[in-house]
Amino acid sequence: MKCDELEVMLHALIDGELDAGHARDVETHVADCGGCSEKLAAFRTMHDIMSSTPLKEIAPAHLRNRIEALLAVPAGRVVSMRQFLQPTRRSFFGGLAMGSALSGALAASLVFTVMRGDQEQAIAEEVVSAHIRSLQAGHLMDVETSDRHTVKPWFNGRVDVAPPVIDLTAESFTLLGGRLDYVDSEPVAAIVYQRRKHVINLFVAQHLGTKHSRPNAKTIQGYNCRHWMQDGLDLWAVSDIVGDELDEFVQKISGSLRQPSSAT
Amino acid sequence: MADDAVAEQERMRTFQAAALPHLDDVYTLARYLMRNTQDAEDAVQECYLRALRHFDSYRGPAMKPWLLAILRNVCNAEFARRSKEEVPTDYTQEESLAEEMPMWQEPQASPEKMIVRRQDTATIRRLVAELPEPFREAIVLREMNNLSYQEIAQVAGVPVGTVMSRLARGRAMLRAAWNAAENATTRSGPAVASGTAP
Repeated sequence: MKCDELEVMLHALIDGELDAGHARDVETHVADCGGCSEKLAAFRTMHDIMSSTPLKEIAPAHLRNRIEALLAVPAGRVVSMRQFLQPTRRSFFGGLAMGSALSGALAASLVFTVMRGDQEQAIAEEVVSAHIRSLQAGHLMDVETSDRHTVKPWFNGRVDVAPPVIDLTAESFTLLGGRLDYVDSEPVAAIVYQRRKHVINLFVAQHLGTKHSRPNAKTIQGYNCRHWMQDGLDLWAVSDIVGDELDEFVQKISGSLRQPSSAT
Repeated sequence: MADDAVAEQERMRTFQAAALPHLDDVYTLARYLMRNTQDAEDAVQECYLRALRHFDSYRGPAMKPWLLAILRNVCNAEFARRSKEEVPTDYTQEESLAEEMPMWQEPQASPEKMIVRRQDTATIRRLVAELPEPFREAIVLREMNNLSYQEIAQVAGVPVGTVMSRLARGRAMLRAAWNAAENATTRSGPAVASGTAP
């Protein structure tokens, strides 16, 4: 065997890719050849150094979150690659405009279903059902993080609103994450908060117009429910928390919405 | 509808369990192929979306080389798209230094050149990042992704014999650059080998 031909085999030997017969051939040659023996030693040292150096990159946490959030969606929603890729380079602050521009038709149907006055009670019951469903094991969150900058862009391309994701940790409402839910067969954003052991679901859908309304209080199947309209959004807060505390929650969300800087 | 949703959830869980553990490997290859963080992250995301779409027809090979092959296609498609644009790299900020360094030199005969000394992580990463393709890819798949020759052949879409010659050539180049970096360090002090950790 010539030294030139052998060089490739040296690497295969180092990488453990040679069968016993070839390995013996190479070792026999190396034992008698000073040049090849030195080469083998040098390449082996280099390989060993590389193996013992942590060269593999660790995917940054925000990328991992992005991928995990991506894989949490039903694949039926993985329709447009662009919709998912956009949040990566787009400012999160552009989310509202983009979200509403994505699908006018769908948005219109949402308005229709969510806002019809005579349907109010039916919708409220659906919202409470969605809340109860979410409390079953493993249903609460699609994207699980207390970082609102992860939750908010997650909804891009999934619902036609850019839901307000507000950090209320200071007010002891802990942000748990977000979820895609369905009310009246339409996708809505659900933002999940917690106070003590009580889960609060904030459902957000879109409606046209800028009408504002005072929170409408209801109790359905023992759950407190608040519905109000603000900034082109339909908002429902549902929880088993006492009414006063849910009012406080609604107040905080509503207050933050009025100050766009803290709502985005 | 409810059954569909359950089946969908199940499919997603299977895919997650199979594909997510390889995220660091996918990201590593993306970093070395795309050569900057932002492009690498976009490529990884695109890779997982494509993998998810084709997961139903996935019958092997092992998950890791399958994902890496998809990633490689994503990166190549991106390069093809902007074939004339210059791709920014944040691996080699010390461009001038890199240019002074010979990429490839014949292995020297003198005994001291045959000794390979330890380099720090950042330097090794930079040296690998400066290798030309397709040698860089072969080295990364072997030394960082720990693939077998057979798997590298699958990812790169070439025969095993080609993988072997690429590795041999790539390692010879790497060793030459390694020695050059070693000499540069000895000449101008440790500052040379620092500061470009990705």
